[in-house]
Amino acid sequence: MVDLSVRIGSLTLANPVMPASGTFGPELSQVFDLDALGALVTKSVTPEFRAGNPLPRLCETEAGVLNSIGIPGKGLDHFIGQAMPEWRRFRAPLVVSLSAPTVASFAECAARLAATPGVAAIEANISCPNLEEDGRAFAMHPEPAAAATAAMRRAVGGLPLWVKLSPNTGDIAAVARAVAAEGADALVVANTILGLAIDIETARPKLGSGMGGFSGPAFKPIALRLVWQVAQAVRIPVIGVGGIATAEDAVEFLMAGATAVQVGTASFVSPTAMLQVIDGLRAYCARKGIARVGALTGAALPTALPAAAE
Amino acid sequence: MDIGPAAFPVAERSLAVIESAPVGRRYHRLLLDAPDLSARSRPGQFYHLLCRDGAGNGPYLRRPMSIWRCGAGEPLGFLFHVKGKGTAALAGLRAGDALSVVGPLGHGFTLDPRWQRILILARGVGLATLAPLTGAAAGMGIAVEALLSARARSDLMAAEFAGASGAQVTSVFDEDGSSDTARVEALLRARFATVRPDAVFTCGSNRLFLLLQRLATEFGIAGQVALEQQMGCGLGMCFCCVRQVRDAEGKVVNLRVCAEGPVFDLQAALAW
Repeated sequence: MVDLSVRIGSLTLANPVMPASGTFGPELSQVFDLDALGALVTKSVTPEFRAGNPLPRLCETEAGVLNSIGIPGKGLDHFIGQAMPEWRRFRAPLVVSLSAPTVASFAECAARLAATPGVAAIEANISCPNLEEDGRAFAMHPEPAAAATAAMRRAVGGLPLWVKLSPNTGDIAAVARAVAAEGADALVVANTILGLAIDIETARPKLGSGMGGFSGPAFKPIALRLVWQVAQAVRIPVIGVGGIATAEDAVEFLMAGATAVQVGTASFVSPTAMLQVIDGLRAYCARKGIARVGALTGAALPTALPAAAE
Repeated sequence: MDIGPAAFPVAERSLAVIESAPVGRRYHRLLLDAPDLSARSRPGQFYHLLCRDGAGNGPYLRRPMSIWRCGAGEPLGFLFHVKGKGTAALAGLRAGDALSVVGPLGHGFTLDPRWQRILILARGVGLATLAPLTGAAAGMGIAVEALLSARARSDLMAAEFAGASGAQVTSVFDEDGSSDTARVEALLRARFATVRPDAVFTCGSNRLFLLLQRLATEFGIAGQVALEQQMGCGLGMCFCCVRQVRDAEGKVVNLRVCAEGPVFDLQAALAW
């Protein structure tokens, strides 16, 4: 019997597998029982209604996907009033992804979510443009990332606060240290990496809004490297995400220092991918004689840092 | 708690190909062995297909494909234009190969048992989406009249459309000019004035959609249209397949073709 449970700060998850924000919704309950997941992660909620970006919003590559969806949504009031009752039908811990255009807005929205029954944690999507920094994403530099984290930390009290980092930065370890220093409970590593595809018949970008975020199997080595770097820079738990499609992929991320993993684009190709990852993790641990999946965390790191989940 | 497959309306399943054959010069049909899925599929719904040929080659993402054939005791069937990487991979499948499907997905057509007759207007391979309506209507005692538009006689798939439903089919073609919008309008006006259908259905052509929308308004006839769109997840999670649709208050909103569609009210849909 393998113990798949992991601890992310004060939160205990039944297993280390959860969806990546933006690739998941209650619609997946048409395919399997979502309470089989370690946690549920919503699409990013924004303060106000957003229509989303022009089409096409998705562009396929050889082994991945570029997207520029534009975080369409009905805003925080609608989320708390209309979407939360639906999410509360599930027993798995609910992680609400939050995106906002300013530090103050992040704090205000986080406070409202912290006061909403059924929210187990906030995942701050600080990869969105910061209107106070000429549209540069909060997560690109340590200072704005730290400012947003500090403001949310004060706003949410004891509610677990996860911060999702961006690969679109020169020094992710510096951003990670700055965010951890401001009291984040966990880091989610990483968001999509900026990419581009061009239609050579029309000489226009293939995505309606130009550049997009790249995800999928081709991104996995980069995401894995980011997790490896961040895990050695901080002592809070790291949640690995980027190109994970199989249990073997998930084991790599755990060994690189992640305590849990998120599965995103793979769910488009196989809606049951997360179940396959959970089953495969259990089988891998059984085959290796590993009693607790948590023992895998950081197993491949060169330094003997104690695993963050211990 | 019931956690068997029946508890979940959408299945991810590997199905055996029963038949894979070209239809005319540009089209292809696939029949799959899936008794339970076929029985619970409805006309107008779709499946998300992992388009990999027998050697495993094909595009990364799935492709949405509307149902051509379904029903209790029937194979699950798809009829498509071999056009890009995905459909080429599907056309490369042979009997006995496996195809991974996710479905049935989306909201299909609605048939009202009080209706006496319906009219279907289809262009090109759009007729595949509308084909299962003919059998469903026949089963409810609703008469079906269809106007099929195609480039050439060799492209028309009247038999693939009507099956054994007894639908009354009229065909128009680009090659002799009979598919010209003005001539199709004249044909429709003549039908609406004599044997007025209770509802009209269309798929496959923006031009014919606009024509049917205008005439249906003028004659006060209800209608439904099946829309297409590039998709990511097929389940409503990624929000990449939105189209502009008028809501109940007449406001234009983005709705997901996969989740709120692919069948929309004829008057709510906007031209594409």
